[in-house]
Amino acid sequence: MMIWIGLAGTLGAILRYSLGRWISGKLGTAIPWGTWIINISGSLLLGLLYGWHQSEMISDGLWVVWGTGFCGAYTTFSTFGYETIQLLTMKRYLSAILYVVSSVLLGVAAAFAGVWITA
Amino acid sequence: MKELLYIGAGGFLGTLTRYALQLGIPSANVGFPWAVLLINAIGSLFLGWFFTIAAPDKITPQLRLAIGTGFTGAFTTFSTFTLDIVRLSENGMWTKAVIYIVASLLAGLLLCALGIQLGQLMRGKPSQDGTA
Repeated sequence: MMIWIGLAGTLGAILRYSLGRWISGKLGTAIPWGTWIINISGSLLLGLLYGWHQSEMISDGLWVVWGTGFCGAYTTFSTFGYETIQLLTMKRYLSAILYVVSSVLLGVAAAFAGVWITA
Repeated sequence: MKELLYIGAGGFLGTLTRYALQLGIPSANVGFPWAVLLINAIGSLFLGWFFTIAAPDKITPQLRLAIGTGFTGAFTTFSTFTLDIVRLSENGMWTKAVIYIVASLLAGLLLCALGIQLGQLMRGKPSQDGTA
């Protein structure tokens, strides 16, 4: 089991890096759109998995591998914090506040939507 | 392409370290997600320090990606944080949900800033990295 959780985490981390680079290539780096989209989409996916697990449509194993392993590693809190501090250091206070508030609000809404759809 | 190997290896270890801590810290019993709060706080402190001390001239880009983006990125998590908020709210534990959000954000941001300060102190100069 441990090896599968780790491998799902490997996949999540690689996808986060690749997708993050692709998004910032498209949308620029003034706002950390990459992490923003990743954290919100990962919250939606974890919500879906949680709902499916609650209604016993997926096993405990799948829930841990894809939930804890993949979604956990795909999304990130430390980069989110680091990017916010960088915005504050650049005196881009409004961007920093909007980044934090929208990440949390939309992330929670996405997780809620995922649970609501599948539960 | 080679950089993906480094990030993947870091992600593997970061994910399993987080999983071990989640199993080790009994959050479910006390009804408050202590494990993830602690994981995100420690990871934010570490990333601030690491990205500051491990400046591009001090470390290979591959190692920076493996430890920073791979390990620390996968060690901390945002989706479990948001799902935990939904779970607390569903159970009517609104106060706990609000405390969890505020504590996570305050700890994450303050500790990340502290980590950057520490890194700058250890590098021995007031760095202006990242400023435009």
